[in-house]
Amino acid sequence: MTDSTAPSRRDLLTMIGKVGGAAAMYQAMTALGHAAETQFSGPPVLSGAKPGASVVILGAGLAGMAAAFELQKAGYAVKILEFQDRPGGRNYSLRGGDTFTESDGTVQKVQFAAGNYINPGPWRIPHHHKALLHYCRQFGVALEPFIQLNHNGFIHSTEAFGGKPMRYKEVATDFKGHTSELLAKAISAKALDDKLTAQDQEKLMEALRGWGVLDKNLAYTSSLKVSAQRGYDQAPGGGRNGAPTPSQIAKLQDVLDPQVWTAMSFYFSYVMQTTMFQPVGGMDMIGKAFARKIGKIVTYNAKATKVAQSDKGVTVSYKDVATGQMHDVSADWCVCTIPLSIISQVDMQVSPALKAAMKAVPYGGHVKIGMEFKRRFWEEDDNIYGGHSFTDQTITQLSYPNDKMFGQGPAVLLGAFARDLAGFQLASMTPQQRIETALKQGEVFHPQYRKEYLNGVSVPWSRVPWILGCTSAWSDENRKAHYKNLVTLDNRVVLAGEHASYYGGWMEGSILSGIDAITQIHERAQAA
Amino acid sequence: MRGPLLRLAALTALAAAPAMADSPGGRPVKIALPDGEQVYNQICAACHLDKAQGSPDGTVPALAHNAKLADANYPITVVMKGQGGMPWFSEMLTPAQVASVVGYVRTHFDNSYPEPVSEIDVKRIAAQGSEE
Repeated sequence: MTDSTAPSRRDLLTMIGKVGGAAAMYQAMTALGHAAETQFSGPPVLSGAKPGASVVILGAGLAGMAAAFELQKAGYAVKILEFQDRPGGRNYSLRGGDTFTESDGTVQKVQFAAGNYINPGPWRIPHHHKALLHYCRQFGVALEPFIQLNHNGFIHSTEAFGGKPMRYKEVATDFKGHTSELLAKAISAKALDDKLTAQDQEKLMEALRGWGVLDKNLAYTSSLKVSAQRGYDQAPGGGRNGAPTPSQIAKLQDVLDPQVWTAMSFYFSYVMQTTMFQPVGGMDMIGKAFARKIGKIVTYNAKATKVAQSDKGVTVSYKDVATGQMHDVSADWCVCTIPLSIISQVDMQVSPALKAAMKAVPYGGHVKIGMEFKRRFWEEDDNIYGGHSFTDQTITQLSYPNDKMFGQGPAVLLGAFARDLAGFQLASMTPQQRIETALKQGEVFHPQYRKEYLNGVSVPWSRVPWILGCTSAWSDENRKAHYKNLVTLDNRVVLAGEHASYYGGWMEGSILSGIDAITQIHERAQAA
Repeated sequence: MRGPLLRLAALTALAAAPAMADSPGGRPVKIALPDGEQVYNQICAACHLDKAQGSPDGTVPALAHNAKLADANYPITVVMKGQGGMPWFSEMLTPAQVASVVGYVRTHFDNSYPEPVSEIDVKRIAAQGSEE
């Protein structure tokens, strides 16, 4: 089978790695069809920092802490200023006893039972986000599967199926069945004769018949074969009444409702494909692990007010929010990870081009609502274990807990995850109104809602005081005009964060941007 | 024919837009916003808050008693194109909704700029954007 004299692909890679280092090996791996999924090729190799070289980092989120961790390894003296009283930034979890204050002063107290939580910000990790997974592996952060695609989750549209929620497996099977029938009819009517050879038409017809589960007349009709995908009226059993009975397919007109294809298309997204992960016990396990690894270099409750720089160094002024006292910190370099939505609060001494870029990036206003129920009725009554249900109502999405399945006692599900107008609409409400909306709309899926409800907390990101937005939302125009200026070292100051990446709204983007920021600093420092 | 087709295109753009970020799935939710007051209370108040007072730190500006509203072109431009951390609403609101909410804010919250704002003004400013 194999030619023993030819080097195997592995030998070749080892050889290239030895000669050219990690970067060359990564290039080669990409060329050979491996590792093309991320720009992460391992942590940066920043050797030989000049003795005494120092960096001040604004923000103890993942971008700032990844930057700090790698800078310390390279020998830099690092300090972090953090506005909040905890590390992690948007990487955090809310648990029973926590309070959450909105920008209008409204306070919510989380009442979840011990061990329950929601992740208001990031909550799922794609398998190809290798930079983030690298640090989780290195720091021993335990990960578990995040159940993304659940065929038994619901799809609901107020404009189709008589307003009745359908299972994903039902509508996805019906969508592919009906569209396959239409395409088969087009071929039979010779509508594709000028597009396909007779042979390819035959092949496609065969595919449609199998893929769409069409009958002998090339029609999509209710049958046991179709039920073997979309589910049965009576499922197969044992013994005397074991014979299954078929379910009734939905009408083409209903299946064309956009709730169906947008759900199917959602799971095709590069960043939404299985396998996905979540940290065991809450997303903040990642932020906490970083904080442990970088040591006591973070000054909390420190609100940066000014970043001044010269050819010699950087001076950051900050206010201790507890005492109101002003302080200065000086360093050779500065990494600023403050979200652009609130950076206007800092007097940044940077070039006009960077200033313009800082003003060019709007933020989304996602909303999440965590709801605690007395029991896991979605598991016990509805056979839903993790994953999502979608609706065209304001709450947009329900997501079921991915951990502690089959557990007894209270459990928390995500009762809303809304964006755009739906997000703003929920954010505009009081916490009580949000919960009432979530209960009323969620009852469409689960009539058990009111009976089993215990308590809930809503997080409208546009009202989170320390960011006033959720994630950066670059327009193509602004990306073209400003991105390069935003991410390029400006004398001694460089920006980092998810907004300084092409992975907006993902922790991977924060980390990759943090790494690029310190790589620029190190290169400039070595050249000086 | 032009109208419905264009609307479909806008919806498709919205459905596709969040694919890269960690966003909810499903199609854009349709919300009935029959007048400027409803648009303000259900959408703008998310950030500018219920009395148009803005965020306490001033990062989200107060719209109450705001002299910048004197020239209607300014708020229309901000709503249609976004500014700073505020997103553009040209894909989320219709020109009529933008006109009605700008008109509402200019005549409420201690603002008195009674000259009416029309859909035509909004479309004119939207068109200027595409020429730039």
